[in-house]
Amino acid sequence: MTSPSSPQSPAAPSPPLSTTMLVDDVEVAVGKKENIIQAARKAGVEIPHYCWHPDLSVVASCRMCLVEVGDRRPNGDVVMGPKLVPACQTPTKPDMVVKTQTPKVKQSQSTTLEYLLLNHPLDCSICDQAGECYLQDYTFKFGHAHSRLQEPKIQRIDKHHIGEQIVLFTDRCVMCTRCVRFTREVAGTAELQVINRGSGEEIDVFPGHPCNNKLAGNVVDICPVGALCSKDFLYKKRVWWLKNQESVCTGCSTGCSIHADQSDDHLYRLRPRENPLAQGRFMCDEGRFGFHYVNDPNRLKLPIVRADRTPTDATSPAGKFDDPWPAAIQAVHHAMTRPDRKNIVILSPFMTCEEAYLLASWAKSLPSPAHLALGPVPMTGDDDHYPKGPKGESPSGRSIKFTIRAEKAPNRWGVAAIVQHWEGDLVDWSQTAQQLAAGQFQQAYIVGGASGYLDQLDITWVASLSFLTVQDILPSPLSERADVVLASGSFAEREGAFVNHAGLAQLIKPAIRSPGEARPDGRLLMGLVVRPGLYHAATIRDEMADIMSAFKAWKGNSLEPDGLMLERKILTATVVHVPPISQGGSANKGD
Amino acid sequence: MTTPFEPVLLKRLGKPDSVTLASYRRDGGYQALAKALAMPRTRVIDIVRESGLRGRGGAGFPCGVKWGFLPEDHSGPIYLCVNGDESEPGTFNNRILLEEDPHQVLEGIIIGSYATRAQVAYLYLRYEYGRSYRVLESAIAELYDAGLLGKNILGSEYSLDIYLHRGAGAYICGEETGLIESLEGKRAWPRIKPPFPAVEGAFRKPTVINNVETLACVTHILARGADWFKTMGVPKDPANPRDLGSYGPKLYCVSGHVEKPGLFELPLGITARELIDHHAGGVWKGRQAKAVVPGGISMGFLSASELDTPLDFAGPGRVGCLGLGTAALIVIDDQTSMVDVLYNTCRFFAHESCGQCTPCREGTAWSTKILERIRAGHGQLRDLDLLMEIAQSMGTIPGTTICGLADGAAWPMKNALTKFRADFEDHIQSGKKSSTRTLVGAH
Repeated sequence: MTSPSSPQSPAAPSPPLSTTMLVDDVEVAVGKKENIIQAARKAGVEIPHYCWHPDLSVVASCRMCLVEVGDRRPNGDVVMGPKLVPACQTPTKPDMVVKTQTPKVKQSQSTTLEYLLLNHPLDCSICDQAGECYLQDYTFKFGHAHSRLQEPKIQRIDKHHIGEQIVLFTDRCVMCTRCVRFTREVAGTAELQVINRGSGEEIDVFPGHPCNNKLAGNVVDICPVGALCSKDFLYKKRVWWLKNQESVCTGCSTGCSIHADQSDDHLYRLRPRENPLAQGRFMCDEGRFGFHYVNDPNRLKLPIVRADRTPTDATSPAGKFDDPWPAAIQAVHHAMTRPDRKNIVILSPFMTCEEAYLLASWAKSLPSPAHLALGPVPMTGDDDHYPKGPKGESPSGRSIKFTIRAEKAPNRWGVAAIVQHWEGDLVDWSQTAQQLAAGQFQQAYIVGGASGYLDQLDITWVASLSFLTVQDILPSPLSERADVVLASGSFAEREGAFVNHAGLAQLIKPAIRSPGEARPDGRLLMGLVVRPGLYHAATIRDEMADIMSAFKAWKGNSLEPDGLMLERKILTATVVHVPPISQGGSANKGD
Repeated sequence: MTTPFEPVLLKRLGKPDSVTLASYRRDGGYQALAKALAMPRTRVIDIVRESGLRGRGGAGFPCGVKWGFLPEDHSGPIYLCVNGDESEPGTFNNRILLEEDPHQVLEGIIIGSYATRAQVAYLYLRYEYGRSYRVLESAIAELYDAGLLGKNILGSEYSLDIYLHRGAGAYICGEETGLIESLEGKRAWPRIKPPFPAVEGAFRKPTVINNVETLACVTHILARGADWFKTMGVPKDPANPRDLGSYGPKLYCVSGHVEKPGLFELPLGITARELIDHHAGGVWKGRQAKAVVPGGISMGFLSASELDTPLDFAGPGRVGCLGLGTAALIVIDDQTSMVDVLYNTCRFFAHESCGQCTPCREGTAWSTKILERIRAGHGQLRDLDLLMEIAQSMGTIPGTTICGLADGAAWPMKNALTKFRADFEDHIQSGKKSSTRTLVGAH
């Protein structure tokens, strides 16, 4: 691409095959339903654009992606068209020739950028988007450094009322209308619109109808500039200090692929990660803003061992710098290995498959093998489909673009498959609760893993137990009454695979370290089940694949980048849902 | 052109009750429709194609060819939209036609709908034309009563409904896809093409959009034949195979600094000088013309030395204007500063830019700001180059925007800055402030 931009048609080295096209002299295959921007990506050429988004309709209004287009004749001659055409709007066809480096194209790009920056306040130093802003990036690559505007810029009023979670910095807007199209085409709620005309245009909502739909947070992501910002993240951190880790949202069984952005072991925000197998390019606000419990100062930071249920930190009798864990694990071991007690191990749908497998296999190897059960699966209402119709009605069939599922846990299928492997059939939590209440078990090991998950459980049955172990991240009524509390990790600290509603196995990876002495479940369980070495999820997955037919497919598969579809027929076991427990912490609580 | 020209479109103007159906029928009205309904619809298209009728709305696209673009195998509804938004500054021919003789337009609409198989026609009328609206409302009601609209028109198999739709006062609603969006109840943002309206127009169905004057001409072509139409105007240039010729009568709107402003029906191809001197009474107060807008403000300017340009579809283009446009002449006398004229022009387009495409949205507003500064006496000579650059990038590189508004905004800038650069340089160098009142308020 260092070649000068003059039209050049080398003496036909390329045979007139009608399946390829040229982008800046790079030959690429013509894809189905592809525009020039997508074709150029395959050739390694970036065509700048603002208004085009693969999930939204094409408006071709920012005029940033104008390129020169021509045809390659059978004799090898290249004939360029007289007009610049928008790359986003123009479908590719065989023998098309695209030039993005000609003076005409460069002139158009730099002029369009000058226009876009004309009334844009250069307030990058206080703008949240700085560092991930397409105005900055494109100006650096395609624009020029100064503006020739001598007149005052148009000043506009910021709109904090535009939504509960979003704020509009009106003067930074480049009128790409991505947000407007998103609320119309994906959310279907159509709150956002353009008001006024010409350079007086602004994004706005109807008075009294703010943009509060459950997908509203996505407009912040799709805004290419700093106009729409998230109130949750606003002024919390400069984005260049953030490191992101690939993860999966635990808000519901859709299992949206996400980026978890952290700095200094503090989780700052979640962003959707494109995954065609999971959810596409968006995520819902419940998941997006529901992570703050991870940073909760009340997180369990130490394992607790209670003699006669009197709270004493395991560390306190020993020295200040002693590891508190051996005592806690010793206590659990001592109790659970007694051959005369009936044990139950209750797995959580918030565990990864590997963690659940470690615990389950250990439970079954005890002198008195434990009964395995799946803990309560939180359910809220019905599946929520988008885009909504004009009267708020749900779409159906192929018109569904996004679903927030009623099942508010990420890995019910995976854990259920593990329980099924050992227990044969899976019983519903209410039955397990009855068994517990009837005093069928003397010792229980129950796993939590998310905020509020175990909070609202009816725990009258605890009285009938002689020993209770709780593995969780936050204090709950249950952990208050536990003999041993094992401080574990949130999804941002753990590693392993979740299997979503459709049977898609995806990886979560540790983004931050657990607070205090808390241990992510994998590491914790490796100690508990006394396996040599460190927790290595991939090794455990291979082991599982050998043992369990449900997970056979992931043998030797890295599950990256998008995950792996497991065979549904094995996973579609009948599981009766438990009565809903409301999931606390999903609202925007302080961090 | 020695034979004396007899007006046809404006023939019935000034007659008592010229707006009524009875009066129109007395003058032979709706006989062209009867004739059309008696022939196959493709024959109607052929006649219009043979006549060489080109759209009167500004672009001059051949009407018969446009009708032929409709997909033949389409089974669903087809719509005819009549563009009565007439918002180009200086243009008022549609208004006169609709206010004074609406039935020749309505007859043309019915013929056009028949030819295009449309069962529904929408007449999109500029909001400000209140009188036209009332006249059309009663004219359409008369037609329904007389069986000329609705089911089985004149006893034929053909049925048609005409809906009168009032716009909401925006220049951009005159752009054909903007008009469709507005008709659908949306913001009048022009659509990207393809798909062209003939394939996917109003309500995503094949649609033809014709100007009011074009359809009035259709009535007369059907009544008098294609050959009659071809006796007027400028024939095709044999040296230029792409020239389509300019046939038929044209309504020229003359306004500005003339003694007798008004609407004149003349054969296409009359020169600007003849039009101003012989028909519009010459430039007012005995002055000379400095500049003449040949066809609505977006077409640019003719300088005094270019007044002998024939006003046909090709003429203004030969002297650097954008085209004939709506054939609305605005005469600017020699006492007027082109700085003020251009400022008004730019202000208009900045106000009317729909704001969809970046170059137009920002370019129109920026050029207005620069001219505002020049008028206030703070101009620099390099501003002229900047203005020229804005004009180039906004409209004259083809393809920079979705619709033609940006070209229309850029052309007067380009023309004024090249043809009247001395005006601007004088103004800037003398450091004087412009005290002239603005000529046209942008609403």
